[in-house]
Amino acid sequence: MTSESGRRSIRRHPPAVFIVLGVLGALIFVVPLLGLLKKTPWSDLPELLTSDIVLDALRLSIISSVAATAIALVLGVPLAWLLARVEFPGRRFVRAVVTLPMVLPPVVGGAALLFALGRRGLVGGPIYDVTGFVLPFSIWGVIIANTFVAMPFLVITVEAAFINLDQRFEGAAATLGASRLTVFRRVTLPMIAPSLAGGLVLTWARALGEFGATATFAGNLQGRTQTLPLAVFVSLESDRGAAIAISLVLVVISLVVLIGLRDRWWLR
Amino acid sequence: MVSCCAAAALLVTVSCGSETHDSGTEVNSSTEISGQVVVFTAASLTDVFGTMATAFEAEFPGAEVQLNLAGSSTLREQILGGAPAGVFASADERNMEVVGSAGELGSTPAIFARNSLQIAVPASNPGGVTSLADLADPDLFVGICAEGVPCGDFARMVLDASGVEASIDTNEGDVRALLTKIEADELDVGIVYATDVASSAGVAGIKIPREVNVEVRYPIATLAAAPNPGVAEAFVAFVLSPEGQDIIVAGGFGSA
Repeated sequence: MTSESGRRSIRRHPPAVFIVLGVLGALIFVVPLLGLLKKTPWSDLPELLTSDIVLDALRLSIISSVAATAIALVLGVPLAWLLARVEFPGRRFVRAVVTLPMVLPPVVGGAALLFALGRRGLVGGPIYDVTGFVLPFSIWGVIIANTFVAMPFLVITVEAAFINLDQRFEGAAATLGASRLTVFRRVTLPMIAPSLAGGLVLTWARALGEFGATATFAGNLQGRTQTLPLAVFVSLESDRGAAIAISLVLVVISLVVLIGLRDRWWLR
Repeated sequence: MVSCCAAAALLVTVSCGSETHDSGTEVNSSTEISGQVVVFTAASLTDVFGTMATAFEAEFPGAEVQLNLAGSSTLREQILGGAPAGVFASADERNMEVVGSAGELGSTPAIFARNSLQIAVPASNPGGVTSLADLADPDLFVGICAEGVPCGDFARMVLDASGVEASIDTNEGDVRALLTKIEADELDVGIVYATDVASSAGVAGIKIPREVNVEVRYPIATLAAAPNPGVAEAFVAFVLSPEGQDIIVAGGFGSA
C-alpha cells in the first residue's frame, strides 16, 4: 500500500483504449463463468455434490493430479536443469518434444500414449508380456495421461528459472567446498523456489482439468478412471444439473488455488 | 407416429406397423431448387451423407449442401440453441423427438435408414469372444459407449435383454473412440453399430441374435426455421427416393 502512494505522482489515468480493450479481454473469461452460475441448480447442489459419481470423481481427481504433480517434480526438475545447463546434441529437439503436449490436442497425446504404453504398444507390449500389467483402464493410466499433459508446464517454468539464475552464487558455494549436490540443494533450489512453486501449481491445475488424454488413454469408468472432467462430460448427456455442479467444484478448487498462490509467487 | 416408433425402438425389434413417408413421394422439378441447405448430420452418417450431398448437387445443379457433422445430441442442442439448420438427420429417434416437441420441426420425421448392433473384437480376437455372455468375463477388457450417447443406450438395452451383467472397463464418449480402442487391440470386446464393423478393417464382427438386438432407426426431417425450405424439402425427398436409398444401402445401412 505504501509503495502505491509513492508511485502515484508519476501515474496518470490509464488510456481509455486500454480500459475498453482490457475489460473486453476480461469479459471473455468472466461471461462463461456467469453463464455457469446462472444455470446452477443451487437448491439441489448439496445433494448433487454428495452423490457417488461426484465423490468418486473428486477422489480420483485429487489422487491423480497430486501424483502427476509429484512425478513432474521428481523427473521434471532434473530434466529442466539438463535442458538449461548442459549442452548436448539434439537439445533443441528434446526441448521441443518436451513442450509438445502443450500445443498438441490432448486426444492426440492420449492416442500416442495408447500406441506406446497400451498392452500391444511399443513399450507397454513387452511389459504386459512379462508382467501381465496393463496401464490403460486403470488409475495408473490416468496418472500417466495427467503427467504427460501437465509436466511441460513445470519443465518450462523451472528451465527458465535455471537459465535466469545468476550462476556466480553457485560458483561461490562450490569454491567454498560444497559438493555439486549440496550447491543444488542449498543454493540453487532456494533461488528458484518461487518459479518452482509457480510451475507446480500450473502443473497441478492442468492435471486437474485434464480430459482428452485421460479419456483416450485411460478410458472412463466411475470409481476407477472417471475424474471430475470426465464426470462432467458423461453427466452433460444424462444429468445436466450434476454436470454443472461438478464444473462448479472444478472452478472453485482452481480459483482458490490460483488466487491464493498467484499473488504469492508470481506477482511479487 | 413419432412416439410409436420410439416405443418400438425401446421394445427392441418388432415393427410398429407400416410407416407412411408422405414427405418423400414428390420431388419438385429441378428449376425451382436452388440455394444452400445446411444438413445437421449424425456423425455415424459422415461417409454416406457425403456421397448423398454430391449426388443431390448433381441432380439439382443450383443447390448446395453443407453438412454439419456431430453427435446427435450435440446437433439437438445446436438446433434448440437456434442454429440455422435446414435438415436434421439423427442417429436415434429420441433426439429427433426432443426437437419435435420443441416445435422446431418443419415436417414429420421419416425413417430413412436402419442399423443394428454387433459385437466387435480385434481382428485376431485375442479374448476368444464368441457371444454376448463373454462380456461378463472380468478378465477381458470390455468397452461400450457411455450412457446418454445413442450407441451406449442401445448397448445397455441389448445387455439387459440378454441378461448379461457386463464387466465394463470403460464407457467411451462416442462410437469412434470405442472402435479405435478395439482396433488398437487394447479392448478385447465392445458393442458398436454393424456399419462400424463393416467400415473398419481392424475389427471383426460377431452377430447379436435378433431377439435381443435393437433395430436402430435413423429419422430425417426438415426444420421449421429452415432458411431455404424448398431445398430442405427436396433434400429429404432425395434421401428417401430410390436413388438416395441406394446410397444408404451401399453404406452398409438397412433401407427405410
